[in-house]
Amino acid sequence: MLPIGHYLFLGLALFIIGVIGVVTRRNVIVILMSIELILNAVNINLVAFSRLYGDVAGQVFALFIIADAAAEAAVGLGIIIAFFRNRETVLEDEMDLLKW
Amino acid sequence: MLDQVIFYLFAAIAVVSAILTVTRRNVVHSAIFLITALLATAGIFLQLRAEFLFIVQIILYVGGIMVLFVFVIMLVNLDVAVRQLQFARQKWVALLISLALAAQVGLMFWSTGKMPGQGVPVLAAAPVDKLPLNSEAVAKSLFETYLLPFEIASVLLLVAMIGAVVMAKKRT
Amino acid sequence: MEFVKQYWAPLVCGLVIVGVLPLIVGYVVLVERKIMADMQARLGPMRVGPHGLLQPIADAVKLLIKEDIIPEDADKLVFWLAPVLSVAAALLAIAGLAIGPAFQIAKDVNIGILFVVGVSAMGIFGIVLGGWASNSHYSLIGALRSSAQLVSYETAAGMALVCGLLFAGTLNITSIVQAQYDQGIWFGLLAPVAFFVYLVASIAETNRAPFDLPEAESELVAGYMTEFSGFRWSLYFLAEYTNMIVVASVATTLFLGGWLRPFPKTTWLSFIDFLPPLLMISVGVYCLIRTPKQPARVQQLFMLAVAGLCFAVALVLAAPVLLPIIKPSLAAAVKPYYEGILGGFWFVFKVSAYIYFFMWLRFTLPRYRFDQLMRLGWHFLIPLSIINVLLIGIAMIAGQYFHLAGWSLLLTTIPASIIALIVALFILATEQKTEPQKASGAAPDSYA
Repeated sequence: MLPIGHYLFLGLALFIIGVIGVVTRRNVIVILMSIELILNAVNINLVAFSRLYGDVAGQVFALFIIADAAAEAAVGLGIIIAFFRNRETVLEDEMDLLKW
Repeated sequence: MLDQVIFYLFAAIAVVSAILTVTRRNVVHSAIFLITALLATAGIFLQLRAEFLFIVQIILYVGGIMVLFVFVIMLVNLDVAVRQLQFARQKWVALLISLALAAQVGLMFWSTGKMPGQGVPVLAAAPVDKLPLNSEAVAKSLFETYLLPFEIASVLLLVAMIGAVVMAKKRT
Repeated sequence: MEFVKQYWAPLVCGLVIVGVLPLIVGYVVLVERKIMADMQARLGPMRVGPHGLLQPIADAVKLLIKEDIIPEDADKLVFWLAPVLSVAAALLAIAGLAIGPAFQIAKDVNIGILFVVGVSAMGIFGIVLGGWASNSHYSLIGALRSSAQLVSYETAAGMALVCGLLFAGTLNITSIVQAQYDQGIWFGLLAPVAFFVYLVASIAETNRAPFDLPEAESELVAGYMTEFSGFRWSLYFLAEYTNMIVVASVATTLFLGGWLRPFPKTTWLSFIDFLPPLLMISVGVYCLIRTPKQPARVQQLFMLAVAGLCFAVALVLAAPVLLPIIKPSLAAAVKPYYEGILGGFWFVFKVSAYIYFFMWLRFTLPRYRFDQLMRLGWHFLIPLSIINVLLIGIAMIAGQYFHLAGWSLLLTTIPASIIALIVALFILATEQKTEPQKASGAAPDSYA
């Protein structure tokens, strides 16, 4: 195993790229994909520390995060499809139904 | 030596794919680069000897979630969207703040490594041949210590399944 | 560099797979055409080479020199990538398999069978992206249908595998076959419903008839493969037949005893060890008998060569069995070769039987319509496999309580399997049929 700092910096890089994707892009599907990148960065951190301390709980937590990401992607994409049927758009600044 | 080569290879693929994911104009290309980023992350898991998580990442994330994403992209793919602006109006401010966050956390990691006796306790990880069998260890932990979160996760997945079906059904 | 020396064996194995497997797949295609011809009372390819044996090479050359047509407005990156993804997933899955206890490329993988299943599930992307990149309506609908079918039957196949893994207790391929040796019974006999579910699900997983709606010629003009010509089409074809071999190998390892002979532990049945060489000798004798009836001299020489090959293989198969009888001192030295050579024969024989069954079904059964296919997957196979896992688990606990093991475990698992089958058929029979007039408008939306 490499020194723990390598994995932490890799996780940080993926996290920041994911955050940039979430706050910068207009297409809602790309925003959801960037959220998946953020979750993966967190997983890398968890598994790296699990290997460092020899405790498998980090991997179990990462497993739960993957299950949760699946649930959230399914529901989020369902919402996008339902919205698309009504408004014919997938751009986040055109989804302004609550604006007066 | 092989460990380092594998780590740097997969880390480079992950970072480059992630950058390409958030910058591509065509959403299907973004999805393909996200698939390569997820595969590279799975490779990092394998390098960390987390074999069960490696294959779960491939089966669930790449083989399940990304297939769902590609389906939905095909359903909502608008030709007119490709020629519009890809980045929101707040892009420069958002970029600045994200880089500030990166610099802050990066500096924290860097300084805890350099200060002697403080920060993250630097242990030596267990050598490879003394690791327990990974699938058996994860299964034991999942079904003994973390049984309640496991059951709650299955209820969560059931709820998400029902929710997704209801959201995407056509109201006839 | 020293790690190249350490890892040269897997690298060479990888190169051998990528080089040799297309040739093997080509000959599997020839075998399929010959079997198709046999079932349709004709002869099949006979012209190119003796008995059509050079047909795959002719086909390969034809496909390689065909013009490479890319549709207008097709996405070039994705169009190039899609067949590559399919083939890469299928070939990577081959790397996780084991033909004998020592014939393994990735030795002692903790997640053996799950690796093969998971990586071959990545082939779905090749289909979906290929259909999308073709920029054609038929291709897109065919791709969406095919991937919906694959995803649906993957769950049923996975639960059927879980049922077999309940008996094995481990995911490691060598340990699974070792568990079948220790218990003395193939897991396919202990869990016949799981084997049946995996059989049906694997036919759907590889897009074979009767589930080949996405790629049949009379439907959607060959579906997602329509716009791919020449070498790209041959990559898809290679991926499909490699998937067939992978799926047959997984079923053989988990349900049919891998490289063990039938009844591996009963010593009074050891004469079964003589069956492989006897089989090869009888094939060789048959070729010798047919030699004088061949029309041309070249074909007579060819039949003699085939007979000689059969006798050589029979000699190789007989050696590990006969040598310990002739010279008992050699018994210990010969044992690993015994497992390797005879084990390899039994594994290849079982995989071939499984693939022959696939081909038999292809030329016998009519095709399923898409909604019938989805109904079979979701309403029958998935409930059946889940209930089966539940009941087989109960049967195993009952077996432990009554100290049953091996063949006597059949006492509990057979009733469990029968109850699971009855419950699933009951679920299927008591379904509310949706009203036909409402279904005719909504069906195209529900299944895209």
